[in-house]
Amino acid sequence: MSWGFLRDLLSGVNKYSTGIGRIWVAVVFIFRLLVYIVVAENIWKHEHDEFECNTRQPGCENVCFDHFFPVSHIRLWALQLIMVSTPSLLVVFHVAYRENRETHHNQKLYKSPRKIDGGLLCTYLISLILKTGFEIVFLVLFYKLYNGFKVPRLVKCDVRPCPDTVDCYISKATEKMIFLHFLVATSCLCIVLNLSELSYLIFKYSLKCYLKRYIKEHQ
Amino acid sequence: MDWGALHTILGGVNKHSTSIGKIWLTVLFIFRIMILVVAAERVWGDEQDDFICNTLQPGCKNVCYDHFFPISHIRLWALQLIFVSTPALLVAMHVAYRRHEKKRQFRKGDQKCEFKDIEEIRKQRFRIEGSLWWTYTSSIFFRLIFEAVFMYAFYFMYDGFRMPRLMKCNAWPCPNTVDCFVSRPTEKTVFTIFMIAVSSICILLNVAELCYLLTKFFLRRSKKAGNQKHHPNHENKEETKQNEMNELISDSCQNTVIGFSS
Repeated sequence: MSWGFLRDLLSGVNKYSTGIGRIWVAVVFIFRLLVYIVVAENIWKHEHDEFECNTRQPGCENVCFDHFFPVSHIRLWALQLIMVSTPSLLVVFHVAYRENRETHHNQKLYKSPRKIDGGLLCTYLISLILKTGFEIVFLVLFYKLYNGFKVPRLVKCDVRPCPDTVDCYISKATEKMIFLHFLVATSCLCIVLNLSELSYLIFKYSLKCYLKRYIKEHQ
Repeated sequence: MDWGALHTILGGVNKHSTSIGKIWLTVLFIFRIMILVVAAERVWGDEQDDFICNTLQPGCKNVCYDHFFPISHIRLWALQLIFVSTPALLVAMHVAYRRHEKKRQFRKGDQKCEFKDIEEIRKQRFRIEGSLWWTYTSSIFFRLIFEAVFMYAFYFMYDGFRMPRLMKCNAWPCPNTVDCFVSRPTEKTVFTIFMIAVSSICILLNVAELCYLLTKFFLRRSKKAGNQKHHPNHENKEETKQNEMNELISDSCQNTVIGFSS
């Protein structure tokens, strides 16, 4: 059980998506998942070992690290990737339900089980709203937990058992900050893509509804 | 999910590339991604652990390492490879869109559609002309831009491509100026020069491909203009011959790359 599972899930989702949805899948695959696995994991690998405090007091380093990193950046990043990819499962389940129904009743109930209309449209829109919601929640969480998206080189720690105030140094601070900004940029890009897809679908189907009604009235 | 997944994604694009494009893809996978994964990652693996400063001052090593390596070579290369591979996806998306349109035509029972079944549409290789030409050319252009930007960023950040053995650091909290020693500087310099050289070869291949596409485009246009004046039927025979030659060249190259990927 590893990231391969998420990759297979996203490949499955690709089949039922609109054009913008496919771009979203490509962005998540390449600029978020791939970058996370081949680049980011290595940067944060030894973050605890390399976190150094200017003191010999046993336990001070542990306590300070825990105080400044309640949840590590890399774990939040991984959680964000998982939460943001999961709403797409709703669409997969709904399509499977439709196809099941058709097999069960042995007749064609839908124009095409995969076409985004009716109930599937609602499910698709809900999944888009959830995805956007999760993205925003995690961005806010990052901002609140780490006081903006900065990673300072030096943090001053005065938690017991550290004597008075102790200087603690974070390893690879600049590199971590660069990748944190990269994470934020890709998150924002995904939010923009989700909102565009949402507006496109709402616009397309309202127009369809309106035209249908207009034709009916004139007949 | 790793470089193998990227290889699968880009492998599909290979079918619709020119011969130079296929060579570029091979160079990318063998001389850049594979070298990065099997060799370079090991060389840079212990970079912070073995970065030693001549001081007992806690925190000095961390701060000096961060000062001299704002972003590690290995990470820059990985990002460069990801960004440089991505424009090929534009071509893949365009091809997928065309296939989707042809499938739609086929399902509607359009007389114009020349395919016998869906499988043929899936296996069809599209020629690089029309809007696909523009997509393909833009993807090469973006590739060139990304390569150049990353090479420049590298040069700018590390003041050239050499890795010195000794760096003098006076960032706080280091007392005065402290000597810091980089681990494996010669090996790192060798790999840096290798990666830069291969990057340059890729840039040259991209420029060659761009020139080839532009030449083909202008030749086709002038031929069409000439033929329309004199021989309205002649162009079909010439084009068929050229098509066959292109097919032969691309098939032989494809066999080479398929041999590599299997």
